[in-house]
Amino acid sequence: MESIGFVEFWKVIDMREAGLIKNIDLIGDADFIEEADPIKEDFIEEDLVKGADFADFIKETDLIVIGGGPAGLAAAIEARERGVEDIIIIERDQELGGILQQCIHTGFGLKIFKEELTGPEYAGRFIKQLEEKNIQYMLNTMVIDITREKVVTAVNPSEGLLKLKAKAIILAMGCRERTRGALNIPGTRPAGVYTAGTAQRLINIEGYMPGKNVVILGSGDIGLIMARRLTLEGAQVKMVCELMPYPGGLKRNIVQCLEDFNIPLKLSHTVVNIHGNKRLEGVTIARVDENRKPIPGTEEYVECDTLLLSVGLIPENELSSEAGVEIDPLTGGPVVNDSMETSIRGIFACGNVVHVHDLVDNVTEESRIAGRGAAEYILAGLHERKGGLARNQEGLKYIGVTHEKEIQEKGKEIQKNEIKENEIKEGETQENAVWVRPGKGIRYVVPQKILPGHLLNPVDGYSKNEIKLLFRVNNIYSNVRISLMAEGKTVHSVKRLKVAPGEMESMSITKRLMEKIMAEFEHTDTDEERNLNKEKGKKEVILQLEEISI
Amino acid sequence: MITNNVGIVNEMCIYDVAIIGGGVIGCNIARYLSKYNLKICLIEKESDVACRTSSANSGIVHAGYDAVPGTLKAKFNVRGNEMMDEISHDLDVPFKRIGSLVIAFDEKDMEILKELYERGISNGVPDMQILDGNQVREKEPAVNSKVIGALYAPTAGIICPYELTIGAAEIAVQNGVELMLDSEVVAIKVVHIDVKNIENTSGSVDGINIGKVYEIELKGSQTKIYSRYIVNAAGVYSDKIAAMVGDTSFTVTPRKGEYLLMDKNQGKIVNSVIFQTPSQMGKGILVSPTVDGNLLLGPTAKNIEDKEDISTDRTGLSQVIQGALRSVPDVDLSKVITSFSGLRAVSSTGDFIIGESKAARGFINVAGIESPGLTAAPAIAEYVAQLLEKAGLILVLKDNYMKVRKPFKRFRNLQENELRELIKKNPLYGNIICRCEKVSAAEIVEAIRRPAGARTLDGVKRRTRAGMGRCQGGFCTPRIMHILSQELGIPMEKVTKSGGDSWMILNR
Repeated sequence: MESIGFVEFWKVIDMREAGLIKNIDLIGDADFIEEADPIKEDFIEEDLVKGADFADFIKETDLIVIGGGPAGLAAAIEARERGVEDIIIIERDQELGGILQQCIHTGFGLKIFKEELTGPEYAGRFIKQLEEKNIQYMLNTMVIDITREKVVTAVNPSEGLLKLKAKAIILAMGCRERTRGALNIPGTRPAGVYTAGTAQRLINIEGYMPGKNVVILGSGDIGLIMARRLTLEGAQVKMVCELMPYPGGLKRNIVQCLEDFNIPLKLSHTVVNIHGNKRLEGVTIARVDENRKPIPGTEEYVECDTLLLSVGLIPENELSSEAGVEIDPLTGGPVVNDSMETSIRGIFACGNVVHVHDLVDNVTEESRIAGRGAAEYILAGLHERKGGLARNQEGLKYIGVTHEKEIQEKGKEIQKNEIKENEIKEGETQENAVWVRPGKGIRYVVPQKILPGHLLNPVDGYSKNEIKLLFRVNNIYSNVRISLMAEGKTVHSVKRLKVAPGEMESMSITKRLMEKIMAEFEHTDTDEERNLNKEKGKKEVILQLEEISI
Repeated sequence: MITNNVGIVNEMCIYDVAIIGGGVIGCNIARYLSKYNLKICLIEKESDVACRTSSANSGIVHAGYDAVPGTLKAKFNVRGNEMMDEISHDLDVPFKRIGSLVIAFDEKDMEILKELYERGISNGVPDMQILDGNQVREKEPAVNSKVIGALYAPTAGIICPYELTIGAAEIAVQNGVELMLDSEVVAIKVVHIDVKNIENTSGSVDGINIGKVYEIELKGSQTKIYSRYIVNAAGVYSDKIAAMVGDTSFTVTPRKGEYLLMDKNQGKIVNSVIFQTPSQMGKGILVSPTVDGNLLLGPTAKNIEDKEDISTDRTGLSQVIQGALRSVPDVDLSKVITSFSGLRAVSSTGDFIIGESKAARGFINVAGIESPGLTAAPAIAEYVAQLLEKAGLILVLKDNYMKVRKPFKRFRNLQENELRELIKKNPLYGNIICRCEKVSAAEIVEAIRRPAGARTLDGVKRRTRAGMGRCQGGFCTPRIMHILSQELGIPMEKVTKSGGDSWMILNR
């Protein structure tokens, strides 16, 4: 393992105080730090990218993974296992593991390791593998920009501003918590209003209690876990209010974190006012009607010094959006295909940056797919090819695209023609993708796009046995049939006794099912219908839910 | 008012001017006066400057067509607007002259626009134009298609109101003004002091207040403050402060304004400040970009009793939404980052009250400074100095006055090559603490160490924007608490959000 070096903030302070760093003015216009060695020798000066500042120092690598949480770790390890040599994980925190490091409760790893681990233990297993596989990572390093050309700009205290160019990028930045502002809760703005994750960090990492008398708004998993944690630390958790008529988190957390501690869960309730000028003194809660509007007359004052918000997570996609990655408004994350590749070729994404997961085990599985996808992309040399989708129905050996070097060898005329040809091929390939759309009763589906070739035309051992659709329903239902529809016909369906938005569901698309789907499309390929499809420009299957009587 | 003899007080303890109130008015007066050889203190009840109204307003530099000609509001608005380029430069405060549009939906509104235009002409506002509906849409494609015209004023602009306050406080402190935070004035009386001890700093004995100075009592403190002159810039409390010297000639009513702040991805929906035609209660709900690139909606206008009540409520916030959507229907309301409210200090006279109190000599009221108070602040400061001089204060310029604030180097504003150099010099610039707003540890440390520096999370937030982004401090709060604890030499348990009892941690 090789860490590319970092200077942690407090280390700087400590070094200064210990007299190790001289002439350092932390305010900003000091002369020089004698020990600073910001640019390593292996940074080659090269004009690699069109439009980039040619004076920039750019380090080249095969794969950059942005984020060293569970998603980034699993993706990087998978990519290495599939033969990618040069991988760098960029992590903004001072250690790897992401939010798992503050999740000191158990319940992680049941699926992947068949045992119940704590968050740090779960992360630890991956970090160990990472080190065994000698995968590089940078800590305390913040990515500030990603481009379509896969140049990553990052910053850290020891090396300063870094430019890295990769053949492929995996986005694994995770998510952030929704805040009071996003909910627009009226009232004063005192201290003592925390998001559940911030409170979790304060307690589990920093060792401080944010408060003693706590009301939790939102029954998301972090909120539930924090209800138990705070209780165990001696705080009084008065209640958990949930706006919806059903809980937001996993059933097992409702039982283990609330019911076991006699903490009341108030469904269809919300906080309508916040009181206290300096520190929180209390909140007003109220019952809400079926339209989630507070019912006048049901207000109740609850004295508390702390309000924790566990009201949802938002995939963190500012970097992705700025790079031009297409975002699905339903998930808040990138639109991905079944290799977790985004709308920009060679940029992959996995974990909570794509959609919010309930279980880290699912993040790991998904991230392995992304790691594999990136490895295939890099090893097939697709990053060097001009034009569009290299992987299509025919598989990886897509003859339409031209290798950059070949273009250079041939004359300019040929170059133009070939590029033109490539553009056409790209269009065709896009048409071959099958879009998966959420229908009635379904909130979202990931991946949004599947490339049939991945199942139907396996090449060079890169075959897939199945493509897993992950989705969430939009309400609580009992006795439902979930169906996959192609051209109006049910191609596959499953029955479920109970489904809830808080629990992610999945459906597998096997080779056989894919053939069935493609047959439906071919079946409707009469001229008239083909024109209709052409107008839509896309082949799509729809996942929908219907309630059935027993 | 009680007058008694307190005997001999150390001369060093007597201030020439005590300014009560660390808002944009008080701080700018302090800044302006700090160029003279004077002993000045700035007394603020909160634990930072710009805590109240100065941090919760529209941040608009008004062109000056609203105020009735002949009023102080009109006079200082236009003058303040003229001064803003220089002062924003000197204080390193973001300021953009983006222009404003007052939009009209019908002929009645158009009549009001014409009235405003006439007022503007009388007040000396330059370059105004009345636009028709098409011209409006050409300028602002996002405004309501029902708009039939607008008053365009290119000299209007946007500024960061708390930066204008903090920058002024910093200059003041740098030039010797003593900033007293957490200091609430509870009583003022006139006391007699031995003449020999009240020589002013220029060495001459003052002509008016010989033997008499103001004694200011602070809440929870035995130490009294003695000052020859007082400037009452206490915002919504300025009537209470005036009453302490027997001046009950006016009252100040807090008029609450509620706002919604939207994500930066909404910040480009309009290019200029969009007002609706004004009413009795103010200028209506505006839609405006902020200097930081967000979009601001608000304010409401509601007179209230409680001078501390800066809560928001559902009714107010929905008024903001309705008003904003009327002007710009495409605002994406799912992109709200936060809501807040501020109190305008509305005087019983309807105009700014600026002048020496009739009840107390050497006591200058600067009260009822509601909108366009932010714009007027530098002009008011200039005028207050004249008033003090008229009241007998001798103003002698300092030799070593520092007029320009040391620029605050901010990660997000720097070019890549500048950043590279800066991180080499100070690695903390490479340590990003607030990822939404890209604020480095260096900036947070600097915000604490500067003159009139931050002592609270809110103080850091206002000076650096750390915690102001879309995650609202979810990620950076514990990290900033660490830096505050380290820099101020206090345990984590003593770190507050906004001073007083606003503890972030209640026990270990």
